[in-house]
Amino acid sequence: MKPKFLVGGGVIAAALAYMIYAGVTQSAVYFVTPSELGSAPVAGKAYRLGGMVERGSVHWEPRTLALTFALSDGKASVPVRHKGAPPDLFGEGRGAVVEGSWSPEGYFRATHIMAKHSEEYKAPHDTSQAGVKEMMRTLSGDSR
Amino acid sequence: MIPELGAGALMVALGLAVYGSAAAAIGGRTGRAALVESAQHAALAVFTLVTACLLLLAWAFLSFDFSVRYVANNTNLGTPFYYRLTAVWGALEGSIVLWAWMLSVYTLIVVVRHRTNARELYPWVLSVMLGVLAFFLLVMTVPAPVFQRLMPVPSNGRGLNPLLEDSGMITHPVALYLGFTGFTVPFAFAIAALVTGRVGDSWITTTRRWTITAWYFLSLGLLIGGWWSYHVLGWGGYWAWDPVENAAFMPWLTGTAFLHSVMIQERRRMLRLWNLALVIMTFALTLFGTFLTRSGVIASVHAFTQGSIGVFFLSFLAVVLVLALGLLAWRWDALGAQGELDSVVSRESAFLLNNVLLIAATFTVFFGTVFPLLSEAVRGVKVSVGMPFFNQVNVPLFLGLIFLMGVGPLIAWRRASLENLRRNFLWPVAVGIGAAAVFRLLGVRSTVAVLALALTVFVAVTIAVDLVRATRARLRTGERFPRALGGLLLRHNRRYGGFAVHLGILIVAIGVTGSQAWSVQTETTLRRGEHTDLAGYRVRFDGLAGSEESNHFKVTGTFTVGDGRARGTVLHPAKKFYPQEQSPIAYVDYRLGLREDVYLVLGDFARDGSQATVRLQVNRLVSWIWIGGVVLTLGTALSLVPERRRTGAAQAAPA
Repeated sequence: MKPKFLVGGGVIAAALAYMIYAGVTQSAVYFVTPSELGSAPVAGKAYRLGGMVERGSVHWEPRTLALTFALSDGKASVPVRHKGAPPDLFGEGRGAVVEGSWSPEGYFRATHIMAKHSEEYKAPHDTSQAGVKEMMRTLSGDSR
Repeated sequence: MIPELGAGALMVALGLAVYGSAAAAIGGRTGRAALVESAQHAALAVFTLVTACLLLLAWAFLSFDFSVRYVANNTNLGTPFYYRLTAVWGALEGSIVLWAWMLSVYTLIVVVRHRTNARELYPWVLSVMLGVLAFFLLVMTVPAPVFQRLMPVPSNGRGLNPLLEDSGMITHPVALYLGFTGFTVPFAFAIAALVTGRVGDSWITTTRRWTITAWYFLSLGLLIGGWWSYHVLGWGGYWAWDPVENAAFMPWLTGTAFLHSVMIQERRRMLRLWNLALVIMTFALTLFGTFLTRSGVIASVHAFTQGSIGVFFLSFLAVVLVLALGLLAWRWDALGAQGELDSVVSRESAFLLNNVLLIAATFTVFFGTVFPLLSEAVRGVKVSVGMPFFNQVNVPLFLGLIFLMGVGPLIAWRRASLENLRRNFLWPVAVGIGAAAVFRLLGVRSTVAVLALALTVFVAVTIAVDLVRATRARLRTGERFPRALGGLLLRHNRRYGGFAVHLGILIVAIGVTGSQAWSVQTETTLRRGEHTDLAGYRVRFDGLAGSEESNHFKVTGTFTVGDGRARGTVLHPAKKFYPQEQSPIAYVDYRLGLREDVYLVLGDFARDGSQATVRLQVNRLVSWIWIGGVVLTLGTALSLVPERRRTGAAQAAPA
């Protein structure tokens, strides 16, 4: 192999290494639990926060698209604010993962709530079904 | 009864595959043709048995046999007929059955096609194919038993994952698996070449069509996956650098590299070791992808069923790598290069650089995908890198690849003279630079978008220059135009098929660039009769209605989309409530267009139907991604047209 090809290969490898290094430092997202975040929050750092949506904590204001809730891991609880409708798989008492950053004003500003699709199935929920049926009745009554 | 039949058939098939693999290997070693013939019979029997299993499984689905756990988990009495059929490969166990079945079909085609034309390699090819098949049959019997009984038998099943009730789910896994399994054939030939020591070029010429076919199906699988994500998942995108997507993208990258580097070997007898390594890597990555997505080591939004299957795949992957690398080391002396690179400015260099960039992209994707594991192991903190990382690092690599797409096919072999460069690239470069200026003047601000579009124009012009020149040459011989062009395309179908595939990729690149650079979205809550404006569109909320479908309830919104010109389009995004699911599933509605798609997702809504939250997206140029897929299909078809001219030459070439 001629030297100029080795040099060329070296340059490409170095450029790639630099791009990867820069990419990692700029887009690293730290996985944390509510207690880990609560003990040492760094404002502006990108976090992915996973926990349980506390019962009774969800507040959704459709007109302003303001969604607030608290994520908890049993030990600590973190208030979260998000702008946008709650995603399909979001609900009280269920797990959620949010991406965003810590605001100096004392809450987690979520830019993205991650929905987790599952191949696994839960047994049909009679209660939730009843709720849906009730809703269907209101809706169809309304459309008539 | 049927499940026992199926499970029994699988056991017998497993035994036969193991036997056939061993018999073919011993036959190849000792030269006893009877043993190889016996392995062929085993391959035929395995194919018959796996086909029977697939049919039995399909029958279990069609007849609602809920005594089979897999059926009960993936269907219920409300699942429509066609989704009961696609549910066969709707989850882990069934998809392994489909995988094994395709592998058995390919094995049979190998027997039919290569029994006589690859005599020396053939027994070992058969042995490897049956060996890989045996592994999948083992997976089907031990960690993912598809015919397992369920006691007590439920009166109704749980139902198919609602997200999979879509036409994309019929075709996406089929195409993807045809691609994955297709790479087993060139891999088997590579191993056979190493074992027999015939590491020359015959294994490459023999498997050219296999490689192209596998590559094509993998590309198609990725594109259909993007389409499914776009019109089912409701986040408005087609690619998220999710581990599952990356798992399928990595073998595509190495497969693409292989597709190009074999041309250097065919022409210049170079890169022997490299090509063997590439095809081994591609095959290993298909296994690694399954391990990654099925073992739960990496969190993914897809969250497939997990279990001991990951361990099986990891072990098999280890065995494959140890054996293949051992063989490479064993044949090291025979793998030395015969040709040498003469100049940096040559076709060889362009292809080599293409390979380097593709491998760099593979490494980047691999690194980003396993990064959470690495960081946890090294630093003890869980850190992930998301879409920004993948985009940032890969965009320059892909821009480089597009540039090479224009250079590679036209530049001279060995050493390009200045005259050659001027003749081929003066116009394309000039038009490309002109295009960049025009895009700037038109107000394209993103540098990446300008670069991507200008490079696309550059490559398109190189293709046009080549086509015009070659057609003119034929016209001079007195042929008329359509005949001259048609004759050219057919006679040099490999070259022009390749150009058409490049064109398809370029069109996909335009779609990706446009959608990344210019898509806009807004989210808002509307009362009935209210409207919202975005990018020249006015969307009015007209109301909600509920309906009962065969296996779910549906709440449908009515929105009128006006664009100030024509009469408004009415779109019906909905939310579906499946009784087996805890949460609703969004059902997006859209109006597709060449310039842009209007894309509506229904969010939250008031129960009395008086107001609804809706996400409105105007996604630019996305349709071109799917159009690119069609062009890519046509190009592949053209490149696979049987060649009359080359067949003689290939056999005469020294091994």
